[in-house]
Formats: sequence, C-alpha cells, structure tokens
Amino acid sequence: MIEFRMPSLGADMESGFLREWRVKPGDRVNRGDIVAEVETQKGLIEVEVFDEGIVGELLIKVDDKVPVGTLMTYILTADETRAGGIEPFREMVAEKKEAKITERKSIKEKIELAAVHHIRASPLAKKLATEKGIDLSKVKGSGPGGAVTREDVEKAVVEKSAPEALPEKSITENIRMAVAAAMSKSNREIPHYYLQTKVDMRRALTWLEELNKQRSVKDRLLPVVLLIKAVAKALKDVPDLNAWWNNGLQLKKDIHIGFVVSLRTGGIIVPAIHDAGKKSVDELMKTLSDIIPRARALKLRSSELADSTITITNIGDGAVETVFGVIYPPQVALIGFGGITEQPWAEKGMLDVRPVLTVSLAADHRATDGNTGKLFLTAVNNYLKQPDQL
Amino acid sequence: MNEEEIKQALLLLLKNIAPDTEPERLKSDDNIRQTLAIDSFDYLQFIIGMDEKFSIQTPEEDYGKISTLKELLTYIGARVKK
Repeated sequence: MIEFRMPSLGADMESGFLREWRVKPGDRVNRGDIVAEVETQKGLIEVEVFDEGIVGELLIKVDDKVPVGTLMTYILTADETRAGGIEPFREMVAEKKEAKITERKSIKEKIELAAVHHIRASPLAKKLATEKGIDLSKVKGSGPGGAVTREDVEKAVVEKSAPEALPEKSITENIRMAVAAAMSKSNREIPHYYLQTKVDMRRALTWLEELNKQRSVKDRLLPVVLLIKAVAKALKDVPDLNAWWNNGLQLKKDIHIGFVVSLRTGGIIVPAIHDAGKKSVDELMKTLSDIIPRARALKLRSSELADSTITITNIGDGAVETVFGVIYPPQVALIGFGGITEQPWAEKGMLDVRPVLTVSLAADHRATDGNTGKLFLTAVNNYLKQPDQL
Repeated sequence: MNEEEIKQALLLLLKNIAPDTEPERLKSDDNIRQTLAIDSFDYLQFIIGMDEKFSIQTPEEDYGKISTLKELLTYIGARVKK
C-alpha cells in the first residue's frame, strides 16, 4: 500500500488547497497519471502519481487546505488487490483514520473544556457551539459584557462552512512571496561560489542559422535549446552538480533542468524540463513550447515544479552579460546565460569580432568545490563549440 | 487586406502572445519586443502566428527588419495578396 501525500512543490510551499479529485476510489492509476488539482501560490497545479495501482478512499475533501505531507489517499498495488480485493483495505484505511481522529478529538476536547470555563456565553450558545464544533474562545461576543450569544455562534457556523479561499492576495503577490521565501532560504543557508566562462558562439549560431533556413518557422530552433543541451551533456560528465543538498549530497540519476520563466506581471516560475539528458535539440524545443506557455498561464504539473535537479536562467536579450545566480534549494547549482553580444576575441594570436556568450555558474560550496565547477563550465564551453555534436 | 486590417490582426496576435500587455498603445516606431517585453520564445510564436495569418513565410534573417509596427506593416503589405 502506497501512501499518497500532498507533495511539496518547491522549498517555499507549506500547503495547498485541494480543488478537484481527478480520480475516485477503485480507479486504476498508472505512473504519471493526474490524480488531483491543487491550488498553490504558483497557480493551479495538476498533481501526478508515481506508482501504479488502485486508488483507495479519498481522505481529503475538495476545497480543504492541505499541509504538505498530509495523507490524501492510498494507492493499492496489484498484489494487494489480488490478495483480498479492495474491501479489507478500505476497512483498514477507515480504522487508521478513525484512530487518528479519536486521538485528535480527545486532545482537542481537553483543550476546549479547559477554555470553555473562562468564556462568558449563554447556555444556548454553549450547546449550539458543542453541536456544531465551534470553538467558543474564537467567537467574538456581542452580548452583555462581551458574552457570546446564540446569534454569534450561528454566525460563526456560517463562516466556518464557507470554503476557505487563498488569502485575498493576487497571484502576482503570491508568486512574489514564494520567490522571496525560496531565495531567502538560499541566501541564508547556501554558501555560494561563482565561476564564469566566455564562449565564442560563432560556430553554434552559424550552424543554427543554416539549420533554421531549411525549416519552416514552426520547426525552427532557438539558441537556448543548444545551451540547454550543452548543460545536460556537461552534467553527464560532471554529475556532482546534478544533485540536491539535504543534510548531505544526494546525487540525482535523472537530469531534470529547471528553466526559469519570467512572468510579465512580475515574478518567476521554474518548470522542469524532464530528462533533458535524453532529449534531442528538437525534443527540447518541443518541451519548451509546451512548458513555457503553461508556466505563464500557471498551469503546470506537480512533477514539473518539484523535480528539478539543477536550474538554468537565461537572461537573454538586452545588454546584460553575466548572471550572478541564486541557487534554488535544495539544488546545488544554477547556470546563468547572459545575452550574446559582439566582442573582440583573441585567438591564435589574432584579433577578431565574435558573438560572445557569458556562462556563469553559482554553486553550493557545501556540495562541491571550484574544481568541479571549472570542469563543468569547461565542458559546457567545449560542447557549444561543436554544435553539430549536440 | 488593407493596412488597417493588417494592423488590427497584428495587434490581436500580440495580445494573444502577451495577454497582460496593451499592444494597441504601441506607437508605430516603438520597438515591439522591448516595449511589450517579448522574449525570443514569444517572438517566435508571434512569427509563427503571423506567417499563418497572412500566409507568408518569414525567413530568420528578416527578423531584424520587422521590429516596429511600421516596419511590419510595410513588410507584410508587400507580401500579402491584395
């Protein structure tokens, strides 16, 4: 039996609102299926499941606020289904749930009993409050001497039954707060070190131009896909940067590159390009065409917000050359691409003008040292000089 | 298609790509990408939409010739079937 819990969609997330169950008990699910829609600071997120089996009882009601890590449902594996069908399993879940509730209730009752004695309330108000599960200490009394009346309790009942909504903040403010939380954590906890390299992009851009000439506009590639591909290849050579730091270095087998998308209304959102190491440049372009519009519309999947093993930020056009990045925890590195500008370039004793790209690395010094960073940036530089090998 | 129709179609394309901007306030000599903060990805989507809408083919080397509304109108006007 697999427990399906509210996922953490980023270091900054504490809870989310369940807005829709996409499955019902008894449904068969496969890896990657979407089971629920959860509203977070980063929009309405489709939450996926990473196991296969049969969905058990849905333990959370729609529109409930659900803290990260809360059990939402169980997924029963094929073996468990064969062994005894879904019925005994349902009972087991029900028992577990019951036990928890009783335990919670008894503690809650004790607290309430202690408090109720000190609250002035009419007997009718007290009776109604007990029936409806209202905490009298939280009700503002309008009776004589601040006593809680029956009307006050009735009002509280209505307020309680109204679905709790996200605080009255715009999505822009919410995203700002999410970025603020993650970046503060990063700056507080991660000792960053920075390295940079300059890449002669002439060959890469010429190669891309020739390729795009033969293609219809729909199939054209942007330079950024070459950059993503070069990073993915360099990570295979220097895997230590493709990792999370959670009380120690955890290397990640798959390369999921978080790609920073800036929102025109302010703030950023960082969807993951899954398995970037296994994708061709065309597949990477296709993925970008899929995730960028969805990121802008705040319609991403849970794995796209939670899986990234490293981040790329491409500051692109404009006059900025170098990015001094802030790592997105628990990742251990961030790669920044500046704009490509024409610069004087010395090579083999000759001076020329070339389109030059500055690639920077911000890395976690707890996880790696400068030498690792040097090997990585050197690899990125070399790959970008051989675009036809990408 | 006359110039005004082309212009309206272009503004609509821009609005679709950057819904939170106001393309109708663009002056004819404004650099569209800078004014509306359109990145290279969105710009490519714009060109795709434009080529479809006007049944033209815009090669990559022409991107530099069409950075303002005025330039776009001249560019498309010369290519679109009257």
